[in-house]
Amino acid sequence: MKRISPVTNTVIAISAGVIVLLGYFISAPRLGLDGLRLILLEWSALLAGVAVLIGIGNLFSVHVQKLRERKPGYIYSVALLVFMVTTLFVGVLPGFEPLQGVLYNGIMVPAEISLLAVLAVTLIYSAIRMLRWRTDWKAFVFIATALLVLLGTGPWPVIGQLPVLDEIRTKLIAQVLASGGARGILIGVALGTLTTGLRILFGADRPYGGK
Amino acid sequence: MTATGVFGVVVVVLVVVLMVILTMLQRRSSFSFRKIPALPRLRRSVSLVVEDGTRLHVSLGRGSLLTPFGAAAYPGLGLLQKLGEVTSLSDRPPIATSGDAVLNLVAQDTLRTAHEAVAVDQGFDMNNGRLTGLTPFSFAAGVMPTIRDEAISTNVLIGNFGVEVGLLTEAAERQNASVIAASDNLPAQAVLYAVSTDPLIGEELFAAGAYTQAGDMHAASLVAQDVLRWLVIGAIVVGAVLKAIGVL
Repeated sequence: MKRISPVTNTVIAISAGVIVLLGYFISAPRLGLDGLRLILLEWSALLAGVAVLIGIGNLFSVHVQKLRERKPGYIYSVALLVFMVTTLFVGVLPGFEPLQGVLYNGIMVPAEISLLAVLAVTLIYSAIRMLRWRTDWKAFVFIATALLVLLGTGPWPVIGQLPVLDEIRTKLIAQVLASGGARGILIGVALGTLTTGLRILFGADRPYGGK
Repeated sequence: MTATGVFGVVVVVLVVVLMVILTMLQRRSSFSFRKIPALPRLRRSVSLVVEDGTRLHVSLGRGSLLTPFGAAAYPGLGLLQKLGEVTSLSDRPPIATSGDAVLNLVAQDTLRTAHEAVAVDQGFDMNNGRLTGLTPFSFAAGVMPTIRDEAISTNVLIGNFGVEVGLLTEAAERQNASVIAASDNLPAQAVLYAVSTDPLIGEELFAAGAYTQAGDMHAASLVAQDVLRWLVIGAIVVGAVLKAIGVL
């Protein structure tokens, strides 16, 4: 299949990026910048919808390949394919609306919640294991903070909530230390996002095909 | 134009000028950066992938490229391209997973570009770029079998992940596979600190390109970030002082 020239890709991507960026800051109805920006954003939303369809096709294809080649764990692919097709029919065919709720609330939500529960256990185990490979002061601060927050948050059996720890948790840890640290990290991430976006506008990063 | 618009344009122009100047300076003499332990480890792990015939797995998270969360995936895509070129020569080509459909298309294209760059005889398999799920835990549930069943020895998890990243690192740990992980999400960073030996915290996520010699502009943008950070720190300190003396 013949591919679009990387130069064409680059010109289209940079032009669209510059128009959307300028349209965000500058309101110039006479230049038609606002309208053009909105058209581009609407196109991107439409393309994202099409991408979801392609993505579902990709998921289907990956698991059919796994089943055909009898790769390890292919039995899970069978389950995925069966439920994928069932969900598709239930969603498309009229009269199956109540079953949609059963599939969502009866299978998907409990499965995701059970994964969340597994994650809670995994994190406790990992935090304890962390002390094996990381024995510096930062690791101890991490564990001590986690314990303080845990003890300060929970209504414990018999003793109930611990007011002093709750005070430390809300007034010192959450509102001062965690809030300040989080803002610092978020400012760093925002600056990284800004320079990454500008690198794409410069054409230094081209994640849209071709080198 | 509103005051916010003017301020936005000024910041963007300032960063553009800064990046252009720093790129020119970088071409004359390279900037030196502090050590980030995870990145040399990544180079070693990727060499092992080629030598022992195992597979590299790059997960780009689930941040849509149409939202600000997608920015975190770009360093991952850059790494995918660079590492993909190295590991496409191995018996088992790299796999990219994501939890967003647009990101998956871009990942497939990046893998194909890397594959074509090394001119491998065997055809490119589009299924090496995989959309594993569209919700946080369905995404994680889809990635875990990939980590377990595809002979993966190195996992690079760079992008927008939530706390579900803990399940992925645990799955990798069970396979004795190495993990290099970073997320722009704060709870995920806390999780990674506990579950990963060398997590990339905060803006270190965006430093991967500069440390893997992805180009002069990557190094320049990293220095530009440092300059901007000092400007922000200065602005915060001045603001606090002005507030304290009652001017603001």
